[in-house]
Amino acid sequence: MGQTGFNEIMASDAESEAAPGKLQLGPMDQFSRFTGLDTRLLAMLGALVVIWVVLNVMTNGIFLTPRNLYNLAVQSSVVGVMATGMVLVIVARHIDLSVGSVLGFLGMCIAFLQVEIFPLGAAWNWPATILVGLFLGALVGVWQGSWVAYGGVPAFVVTLGGLLMFRGGAFMITDGRTVAPLDPTYQLLGGGIDGSIGATASLTLGLLAAAAVAFFSLKARAKRARFGFPMKPLWAELMMIVVWSALIIGFVLVMNAYTKPRSDIARGIPVPVLIMLGVVIVMTFVTRFTKFGRYVFAMGGNPEAAALSGINVKRTTVMIFVVMGMLCAIAAVITTARLNAGTNSMGTLAELNVIAAAVIGGTSLAGGLGTIPGAILGAVIMQSLDNGMVLLGVSSAVRQIVIGLVLVAAVWFDVVYNRNRR
Amino acid sequence: MTRPLVEMRNISKRFGGVQAVDDVSVDLYPGEVVGLLGHNGAGKSTLIKMLAGAYPCDSGEIYVNGERAVIETPRDARSFGIETIYQTLALADNLDAPANLFLGRELMTAFGTLDDDAMEHEARAVLHRLNPNFTNIKDPVKNMSGGQRQSVAIARAILFNAKILIMDEPTAALGPQETAMVSELIQQLKKEGIGIFLISHDLHDVFDLSDRVSVMKNGRLVGTRQTAKVTKDEVLGMIILGKLPEEETPEDLAALH
Repeated sequence: MGQTGFNEIMASDAESEAAPGKLQLGPMDQFSRFTGLDTRLLAMLGALVVIWVVLNVMTNGIFLTPRNLYNLAVQSSVVGVMATGMVLVIVARHIDLSVGSVLGFLGMCIAFLQVEIFPLGAAWNWPATILVGLFLGALVGVWQGSWVAYGGVPAFVVTLGGLLMFRGGAFMITDGRTVAPLDPTYQLLGGGIDGSIGATASLTLGLLAAAAVAFFSLKARAKRARFGFPMKPLWAELMMIVVWSALIIGFVLVMNAYTKPRSDIARGIPVPVLIMLGVVIVMTFVTRFTKFGRYVFAMGGNPEAAALSGINVKRTTVMIFVVMGMLCAIAAVITTARLNAGTNSMGTLAELNVIAAAVIGGTSLAGGLGTIPGAILGAVIMQSLDNGMVLLGVSSAVRQIVIGLVLVAAVWFDVVYNRNRR
Repeated sequence: MTRPLVEMRNISKRFGGVQAVDDVSVDLYPGEVVGLLGHNGAGKSTLIKMLAGAYPCDSGEIYVNGERAVIETPRDARSFGIETIYQTLALADNLDAPANLFLGRELMTAFGTLDDDAMEHEARAVLHRLNPNFTNIKDPVKNMSGGQRQSVAIARAILFNAKILIMDEPTAALGPQETAMVSELIQQLKKEGIGIFLISHDLHDVFDLSDRVSVMKNGRLVGTRQTAKVTKDEVLGMIILGKLPEEETPEDLAALH
């Protein structure tokens, strides 16, 4: 293109822009550039480490025992599963206040079907109830998403209505009666005494995961090299692979160090945690490698631009709520399996923990920003505080106050962080 | 003369009680720049958004290459080779340049996943052509300068072999140097046979670049004239008075000065 003048103009513009930009690059930014993790996620990771060390000192070393970390992992999984969906919802500038009630409603549906409708003892009973639960979760998503997308009712109102409706629905299924006991195989999904996969399987899975991290990192790097794109240095890439592998294997070893009661049989990774990790992988894939994920972020960044680009904003909005509903179903499966019962109060106030986890994990309430691993980190931070305070014998009233303060502080951090970026 | 690239015939659009566009007809030939002028609120942007598929029209017809074109969504418009650079640029600020360039028509791998590397490759090529110093294309667009953002918006429009380009106030947010850059780009695209609708409320921006000007006032088309055959004063008269030069009285003209 014959446009020398234009090139010169843009060149001078680029130079004047680049100079101050380079000066601002602090050590934290450089580190994050090498590792590919954003500064905010690193800050969260730092906060988690501090919280763990402090709680461990305060509890005289009880907090960082395999037994407590095992429980912590199981406790985090329900909130973690739903928080991955909440990331999409909040990124698209919506909110879902109904997730706790939807969990309760779907959990009651699953338990009721399993105990009172489908034949007891049939091998297909519990898998069928899960499928029905997922389907109903999707329907709940269509219902709420359609009100938001096509009805134009703000998600805040639709899901506030849902919070009441589905809690009422959970009660109506059995008139408030608790449904129990559930199928013994189904109970394994909740991570009880036998609800983990054992030492050998855990270690194998850990090694496979570490190998997969190495394989995909190097494969992505090879592809960038083929295109001749700028890359982070090889040592940084290898260091990240080593760090990830160490974290994965470390996690497996901790889970293997916790034994079943009155025996030395290692438990290994709990099934609900495995479910959560599966959800994390799928949801990370969805956000990073599918059109749907790209559109959710585009809608959050600039809804008008998304619509003008030909994105079907309404259908995508419904899809977001469908995903959220199905994740509530998965969380309902873990909850009921863990309780070995369906009760109409399951998931009460879970929406607050889920939203808090997403926000603490770096999902911006202004929309357009958020990550799935961040939300899991947020869920673990919340659960760590709660778990640690229980160990310290803090009353539930004080725990609520602390968690509430943490949520406000996290959003305040988000506001300050975004202000400083400008 | 060749067949018009675009004809918009008797287009009308109403928003509630406001007749935003009232029975307007304009056309555009290949390699031609038509300036669309008028005050803020004259209906220029509304007219052009109907061509871009942002709003459906209430009545009237659009013809592309002589054939009736039904344009109800931005996707429809794109399928007819109509690309739009909006005044607001319409970029998703949180996404990087390649994601913005390909928004709504992402390149996919054989597995049906986003092919980010291929998109980055194409984006680097087109942005490098527009601006050789543009290296931070993987940053979110919100971290970019005004000129870089403009480059992204322009690159998105020309990447997919547009035949008809709509530029809505392309220079409104730019300094004099960047405005010169846009002018040069328009000349270049003209040579390639692309038809361009240039929308502006600033007469001087448009006058040098366009072959014809169409002036709107209060939702109605005042008239269309060859730029070479009218003076700036006459066009100004059309914009402000809403009358064609031959209808103007000496008193009207006196009022302008």
